Amino acid sequence: MAILVDTNTRLLVQGITGREGSFHTRQAMEYGTKVVAGVTPGKGGSKAEGVPVFNTVREAAEETGANASVIFVPPPFAADAIMEAADAGIPLVVCITEGVPTLDMVRVKQFLSSRGTHLVGPNCPGVISPGKCKIGIMPGIIHREGHVGVISRSGTLTYEAVGQLTALGIGQSTCVGIGGDPIIGTQFINVLRMMNDDPETHAIVMIGEIGGSAEEEAAAFIHASVKKPVVGFIAGRTAPPGRRMGHAGAIISGGKGTAADKIAAFEAAGVMVSPSPALIGETLKERLKTTGQRAKEAH
Amino acid sequence: MKVHEYQAKQILARYGVAVPRGEVAAVPEEARATAQKFGGRVVVKAQIHAGGRGKGGGVKLANGPDEAAEVASKILGMTLVTHQTGPEGRVVHRVLVEEALPIARELYLGLVVDRTAGRPVFMASTEGGVEIEVVATEHPEKILKEFVDPAVGFQAFQARKLAFGLGLEGETVSEAVRFFSALYRAFEATDASLAEINPLVVTQAGKLLALDAKMNFDDNALFRHPEIRELRDPDEEDPLELKASRSSLNYIRLDGEVGCMVNGAGLAMATMDIIQYAGGSPANFLDVGGGASEEQVRRGFEIILGDPNVRAVLINIFGGIMRCDIVANGVVSATKTLGVKIPIVVRLEGTNVELGQKILRDSGLNFTVAKNMRDAAEKVVALSKAKN
Repeated sequence: MAILVDTNTRLLVQGITGREGSFHTRQAMEYGTKVVAGVTPGKGGSKAEGVPVFNTVREAAEETGANASVIFVPPPFAADAIMEAADAGIPLVVCITEGVPTLDMVRVKQFLSSRGTHLVGPNCPGVISPGKCKIGIMPGIIHREGHVGVISRSGTLTYEAVGQLTALGIGQSTCVGIGGDPIIGTQFINVLRMMNDDPETHAIVMIGEIGGSAEEEAAAFIHASVKKPVVGFIAGRTAPPGRRMGHAGAIISGGKGTAADKIAAFEAAGVMVSPSPALIGETLKERLKTTGQRAKEAH
Repeated sequence: MKVHEYQAKQILARYGVAVPRGEVAAVPEEARATAQKFGGRVVVKAQIHAGGRGKGGGVKLANGPDEAAEVASKILGMTLVTHQTGPEGRVVHRVLVEEALPIARELYLGLVVDRTAGRPVFMASTEGGVEIEVVATEHPEKILKEFVDPAVGFQAFQARKLAFGLGLEGETVSEAVRFFSALYRAFEATDASLAEINPLVVTQAGKLLALDAKMNFDDNALFRHPEIRELRDPDEEDPLELKASRSSLNYIRLDGEVGCMVNGAGLAMATMDIIQYAGGSPANFLDVGGGASEEQVRRGFEIILGDPNVRAVLINIFGGIMRCDIVANGVVSATKTLGVKIPIVVRLEGTNVELGQKILRDSGLNFTVAKNMRDAAEKVVALSKAKN
């Protein structure tokens, strides 16, 4: 099963004729993702990477039966692209674009609230169900099919964690990069709920960072509702307050959003916290040992 | 992006937010002229990007033009230290000279984007002049909140709720509705990330005015606000950070001795953490971007080596789709071009990692190749502490 994406996913690429869009479309196809269409306004009727290009998302969806979209358009146009996909009834939209204005995302969230579209991102690496479907910019090669779900606000740090799991022989069911911006479509809690309900996912790795309170809210949710073992890591213990650490959302402000608070919330919720970014895989292995039978299943 | 108080007030006034009469001065004579023009008492306020200016001696009352010039001459050029500047403080280059007002009450008004709700939220409190974080900790019940529905914007009834909640009466309530609505218009139109009026004052005549004003703007939206981008004050920024931002690098200077260059913000933060975990102290945060091209690595080196405290450098690149051999060639070439002398530890991961490590070892340069993140952190911390 996995969550969000699997072998039934039919992907369309918004911004397929751009440099990033075309490169990652080829990478996704090589991985085995069913890419069925591209959208670039004004280039409808042509072909890119072997798939038909349409002027509008609606047209692309009607002609090809696409049920997911990935967005590679530049920041000034990203909000518009997300809303176009939602208006066309695409159930899953993954926005990779970094640098979308916050107030654009406020309007997008409002727009999506009355529609059935699930948005992941923006400013995220995307979603992968190893061996089934890859939507985004993560390197497919580091993943391995299995039963551990990975959720993260970061890109390369997620690859680091996945790389550690794979090196230990632990495969992944689905890895979701939710994005590093203050306002994002999918929160930790949304993914935790899906992974908790997914029979293919037996344990969860959750990677947070400083800023906001999403990790604290996730910890409360885990404590109340998640029945599977969860291992966590929080980046930014050494980050100074008041400074934006790369990600627009990674900032400690007014004493809120520190790594110490988030780690404490995790521990209070029974999440085993990896003390070092180099030990995320080992920590999960340790956690699985203590749950006996589950360890075998997770492998 | 941050701006000065006088700039924030100019922006707010353009949208109809009531602010005191004031002019900016860079020399004492200008302060004198402004005081002359206003007649009577004025307040002279140091303009730096940090709060706590009053406590630090950067805000003074002056009775007339001569005193205004005298006070301004003391504040201009002073190094102002507040709880937000760090011990090194900031040099004051400008003062704002404002008419002094007979104040009846001091209130707090703030507008930010609430991350959990995904929409802007007004916060108001009767505890004016106190930092909102302090009020939130000690008297959370005293903070009034109104969330703005982005589909329709801020509504008059919400402004009235806040106004009555603050204990305003009569004509002042109508004035508050105009004030709050204007603040929201300014916030939305400029893509602000924070608009804070602290204190918002009620004068003895019942007028509402922004006695102080702070505005921060969304960096991601500056592309559509060139007029705000121009307000950037290089004097308020660390010179290395300024240089880095001009090269599109995400760099933040810290006070340790291990420089680090990483691709991706999350991994960059985690690398800082693991340096500390290994007993060292990071000199910076630096995200060279997902690709880590030769050009980006060269620019990154230039920035890191501009910090004289750096005694060793850790390069941590998760190659991902970018092949490690290409990253390695970039690192070798940049190191040669710049003639880097201090020890460099490189940790590469991803596609073609063995080839990448071989390129580093065969380069004849002084690289230490690390197996993984922990190994890299331990090696770089040891090198940063070695006597040479």
